[in-house]
Amino acid sequence: MMPGAFILPLLLGLPLLGAIFVMCTPKGEHALHRGLALVFTTLTFLISLLLLRYFDNRVGTYQAVLDVEWIPVLGARFKLGVDGISLWLVLLTTFLTPLTLLAAHGAVQKHVREFTAVMLILETGMLGAFVALDLFLFYVFWEVMLIPMYLLIGIWGGQRRLYASIKFVIYTMIGSLLMLVAIFYVYVQYASVTGVYTTDLEALSRLVLPHDAQLWCFCAFALAFAIKIPLFPLHTWLPDAHVEAPTAGSVILAGVLLKFGIYGFLRFAMPMFPHGAAVMAPYIAILAVVGIIYGAFVAFAQDDVKKLVAYSSVSHLGFCALGIFSLTAMGVSGSIYAMLSHGLTTGGLFLGIGVLYERRHTRRMAEYGGIWKQMPVFSGLFLIITLGSAGLPGLSGFIGEFLTIFGTFIAGDTFPKGWPDYLPAPRLLGALAATGVIFGAVYLLFMFQKVFFGPLDKKKNGSLPDLSGRELTVFLPLVVAIFLMGFFPRPFLRSMEQSVQAMLQTYKVRLAEPDGPARLQGDPVPDAAPAAAGTPTAMNTAAPGPGDGAALDAQLRDLAGRAQGAAARIEGAAGASAAVDVRANGGTP
Amino acid sequence: MASKLFLIPLLPLLGALINLTVGRKLSRGFVHAVAVASVSASLGVVLWTLWELWGVYKATGYVGGELRQVVYTWIEVGNFKVELAFRMDTLSAVMCFVVTFIGTLIHIYSTGYMADEKRYAAYFGYLNLFMGSMLILVLGSNLPVMFIGWEGVGVCSFLLIGFYFEREDYANAGRKAFVVNRIGDFAFLLGMFLLYWATKDLGAGNSLDFATLSSDAAKAAYGKSFWGGERLAAAAGILLFIGACGKSAQIPLYVWLPDAMAGPTPVSALIHAATMVTAGVYMVARMSVLFSMSTTALIVVSTIGLLTALTAAFYAFAQTDLKKVLAYSTVSQLGFMFVAVGTGNYAFGIFHVVTHAFFKAGLFLGAGSVMHAMSGSGDIMKMGGLRKRLPITHATFLIYCLAIAGFPGLAGFFSKDEILAGAYAAHLDGWPAWYGKFLWAGLTVAALGTAFYMWRLYFLVFAGECRADEETQHHIHESPFAMTFPLVVLAIGTVLVGWLGMPHLWHAHGWQKVFHGVSYWLDPSVADAPTVAGAEHLTKTKIIWLMITATVVGLAGIFMAWRIYGKGPSAGIANLVEHDPNARALYQASKNKLWVDELYEKIILGPFRWLARGLFQLVDRFLIDTVLVNGSAMAVSVFGRVTRWIQNGQVQRYMVGIILGAALIFLLTGRAAHPGISYRFVPEGVELQAYPGSGLAGEGATLRWDLRGDGAWDLTPEAEARLAAERAKGNQAPKIDPRTDYLDDPLLVRPTGEVGPFVRLEITDKVSGKAKVVTTHVVFPAAKPGAAAPSAAKAGGK
Repeated sequence: MMPGAFILPLLLGLPLLGAIFVMCTPKGEHALHRGLALVFTTLTFLISLLLLRYFDNRVGTYQAVLDVEWIPVLGARFKLGVDGISLWLVLLTTFLTPLTLLAAHGAVQKHVREFTAVMLILETGMLGAFVALDLFLFYVFWEVMLIPMYLLIGIWGGQRRLYASIKFVIYTMIGSLLMLVAIFYVYVQYASVTGVYTTDLEALSRLVLPHDAQLWCFCAFALAFAIKIPLFPLHTWLPDAHVEAPTAGSVILAGVLLKFGIYGFLRFAMPMFPHGAAVMAPYIAILAVVGIIYGAFVAFAQDDVKKLVAYSSVSHLGFCALGIFSLTAMGVSGSIYAMLSHGLTTGGLFLGIGVLYERRHTRRMAEYGGIWKQMPVFSGLFLIITLGSAGLPGLSGFIGEFLTIFGTFIAGDTFPKGWPDYLPAPRLLGALAATGVIFGAVYLLFMFQKVFFGPLDKKKNGSLPDLSGRELTVFLPLVVAIFLMGFFPRPFLRSMEQSVQAMLQTYKVRLAEPDGPARLQGDPVPDAAPAAAGTPTAMNTAAPGPGDGAALDAQLRDLAGRAQGAAARIEGAAGASAAVDVRANGGTP
Repeated sequence: MASKLFLIPLLPLLGALINLTVGRKLSRGFVHAVAVASVSASLGVVLWTLWELWGVYKATGYVGGELRQVVYTWIEVGNFKVELAFRMDTLSAVMCFVVTFIGTLIHIYSTGYMADEKRYAAYFGYLNLFMGSMLILVLGSNLPVMFIGWEGVGVCSFLLIGFYFEREDYANAGRKAFVVNRIGDFAFLLGMFLLYWATKDLGAGNSLDFATLSSDAAKAAYGKSFWGGERLAAAAGILLFIGACGKSAQIPLYVWLPDAMAGPTPVSALIHAATMVTAGVYMVARMSVLFSMSTTALIVVSTIGLLTALTAAFYAFAQTDLKKVLAYSTVSQLGFMFVAVGTGNYAFGIFHVVTHAFFKAGLFLGAGSVMHAMSGSGDIMKMGGLRKRLPITHATFLIYCLAIAGFPGLAGFFSKDEILAGAYAAHLDGWPAWYGKFLWAGLTVAALGTAFYMWRLYFLVFAGECRADEETQHHIHESPFAMTFPLVVLAIGTVLVGWLGMPHLWHAHGWQKVFHGVSYWLDPSVADAPTVAGAEHLTKTKIIWLMITATVVGLAGIFMAWRIYGKGPSAGIANLVEHDPNARALYQASKNKLWVDELYEKIILGPFRWLARGLFQLVDRFLIDTVLVNGSAMAVSVFGRVTRWIQNGQVQRYMVGIILGAALIFLLTGRAAHPGISYRFVPEGVELQAYPGSGLAGEGATLRWDLRGDGAWDLTPEAEARLAAERAKGNQAPKIDPRTDYLDDPLLVRPTGEVGPFVRLEITDKVSGKAKVVTTHVVFPAAKPGAAAPSAAKAGGK
């Protein structure tokens, strides 16, 4: 067992245990439910801090790995671990959850027991998805997160909560189903090459698929993740979900759930299907830039504060997506950093809006004005969070934006497959993305001014109390973290560095693999004679040798049957290449 | 010992921390004690390090030297490494001194001016925060650290302009300042990226550091061709300069500065006159190696500077608000500074920053003192005659006005003179030879304007009779000591500081380090101008003539102002504006600032809002959400409804369904779809294949052929034979049996001669009994390919 291997199962178990405890307590004991939840989540946070103690910055591999057998029939393992990419996302999750629960004390008054239980299960789901190193396990956690979020919006949400929650679920499901199909395909292909059925990520990441298949699989994964990010034009579920979700839901949604899109690309889609990633990268980068600018424009057009912040997420996550598809260390690190910062700042903005909503029960900016006069402490803290979100240097938002744009700017020199001539050059994309700096200031300050400046001329605003001690406890850690991440980004960046470099290195090595039938990374291309040069058509036209036909067909049928038809469907999509792979590989399994 | 550099920005920041967190609960005395103490302590540290720097400087034989302190590594990713490092060389030392010295005075002044303010702690907190940011800006050792300060001062400016945020227009002014600055910052960022891209291999693990960026290797990188035959230095320089335009209020981004006067007056003095707005000039001087590598960048800088100097001076003529006049004057003076750095006279650009800081801060503080006396009103049309009522304010104001008009011996005279002379002599690589003289002429006009509008202001405020109402007049009083003290100190500075930059007319024996202090002190830190080789230097005579011209111009401006406004608002001007349409147009243009704000509203802000709303309603709401998302959801839902209606468990309905379905199948398959004929040439002749069509009907259809296309349906050979036999027997109309006699084989082979050019086929559907005729044109292969093919193609074409 690796040092620190006990931490991750503990992290997953504690919130779940908390949920069980809470559900065992009698209904209506609000203080007890809330107290229990706080204790469990705070404990989770403290234990997650232990990860830092065990984490070794000098290596880019998975750490604190726990690997036990889980479903031997499927070859699925209960394998958990963190690296520099997931480490801080795990900490972000454990950090935000107790704050969110604390903030919800005022807002959530119905079904408190169920609410806290759902939040705790949600935490388990999120943490699980961040640390799962087995595709099947990941998929399970990925779906587990979905249900609590659905309940959060659907039960504790606003007026149009049903519409929003169903939209959220359907959107996510569509994406994840295609991803599941792709997972099956990879699973079957791996088995056909090695004879071993496994969903272990590290093992599957060594499988090299033919380029066509990589492209298809990448697109299947990309759809799931692009919806989650959300990438323009798949974003319209987000404003609805945010507006209808209770504050706690919005904070978790913006703070953590959206990160799974970027994380998924980094962890799964890009290393597993590097060729697909290389082909699609320019297009996704362009969509990301469109999202940055579009999100900012649309945010400016809102009168609903929450919607404004929701669209700002579209803009901010655009930076993250752009960063990873710059495929430079700077861009990827910046992207992870921007995710963390976005979790803090946008989470903070939603918490702030929650504070206002609790007092005034409206989210329309026109209903506010002059709040600073009434709530100076809150306004000051909110301003810091706003500026952090606008990317002011010295606060957390700047580092991420700066590095992602920077990374994009120099991507033209490093981009592995060359950049298609007919697309805007990376430098131009970087420059366009940088306009987000202007637009961010425009809509955020517009919002800030509408709410906090101006005359205090609405009667109802005249008696708003400033932050209570409990609320201050929610905001102070956030603000401190925003400053900390702005002035001391190095510890964060340093623990990411090796993993990011390793990821990019793997990516590059695997990208260099010539096209050919499925095989393990580093293995010679089967039927090597004509295909050694990696000409893409050579393999597809290679006819199976006479006499192999019947046996191979039987084998194909067998495989397809085991994958319960999933592989067959993909084969239809992936064309002849898939069929040829199996044939060319001969007698296994 | 450079390790205390970090204290310089840190002390004010600590002050800010105290005042912004617990300040509300502290007494006023404590609040301003903290604020003033932190800033003056910072000044102390500056003086101390200056002394050290002097030692280092001396040790190098006056060719350079710097103090540097790395606090920690701020950002590090791969090869990109940015240290939070401070660097004090002779250039940043000057800026540090100006910022802390004037900052301290203004903090002291504020204790008097803001004495009645409710949000006292917040005010001083912001002011301290500004000081800290500004000092980071000037001390930063690399562009990203400079950028922290650069944006930090922007935020403080936003907060302080909008300090009285209850007023919507003030809050707007703050936001406008921040957003316009951000436009500049966007370009600044791009410039930074471009520089990193150009120099990333020279960084030696320390990216974007000024030392790296000024190295010879970097110079070579700047010289590379980048875009449209221009050097990289041109692109990077212009991008950085756009950043400077935002911060230093140059065309086209100057619009925020006049509005910024919404802030408290000491803020205007500190931020919007003396320090922050000069950051752009400092940055250009800091990056002088880059700018000197591109005369294109320099011509842009100097031309924008000149235009700004002239335009802002023009605006100032018709303004009636005390602070607005000063604001435009600041914009105009900043234009002078940019002409200086744009002609490669970096040191004298900074010199003007210093002298301007003294007299313009003084002017603003004086204006604050006047407004303090006038119950807060800044309308100069309602002032006048304050000379006797406010003796100290008046005396100091007089000195500042003389200085800005370029009166010999005062600060503005020396620095402005050097800028004018520098422009006159400028002959840079790639510039037309006359361009320097053109700049000089333009600036001389601007200087005339400056003297005129400043003295118009002076006469309207201090000369003549007081035009304020009784109530206000009753309250006029000289300001408290906390306010007059800084005025006096600044006035003394205005008298003295100019002498540091005396023109090189004679050799100041033993005193050259004082009287030519500017060149001595600053030249090591800035690059040389890219002057054309062999360009002539100014002779002493020319220098003297230029000085005389400048002085005369200044005095002429003062004289004109006295003639027109010497006794209060001019009836003559009012009359002229009333009756002469040209004068009126000119006056309106000046008063309305050439309608630039309105223009921006029309061409930028309006479309921006329109686009934002349009994108939201049209693209987001309608196209994506309604049509695509909910549209596909609706398609599914409609399908679901239909199937639900069908599958409701009623057996009768299922029966109806089954029957209808069966009928449908018959209907659909009963039609012969796509009947046709195909043919091909075989050795025996032509092979014809009939396609009766798909579906049930096609299966059992009856066929009749007309192979020659003659309109008569062909008979089977047997029938032909039978008919021929009957005809031979004399039966002229033998009977044809339609069931058996017609040719009905689906596949026929006939010799070529027997087949038509047109072949017809009749297909009779078994189910409906309907007949359908299809025709095919058989194209025979040409006997002589060359001749026949075109005609066949033609036929096909028709």
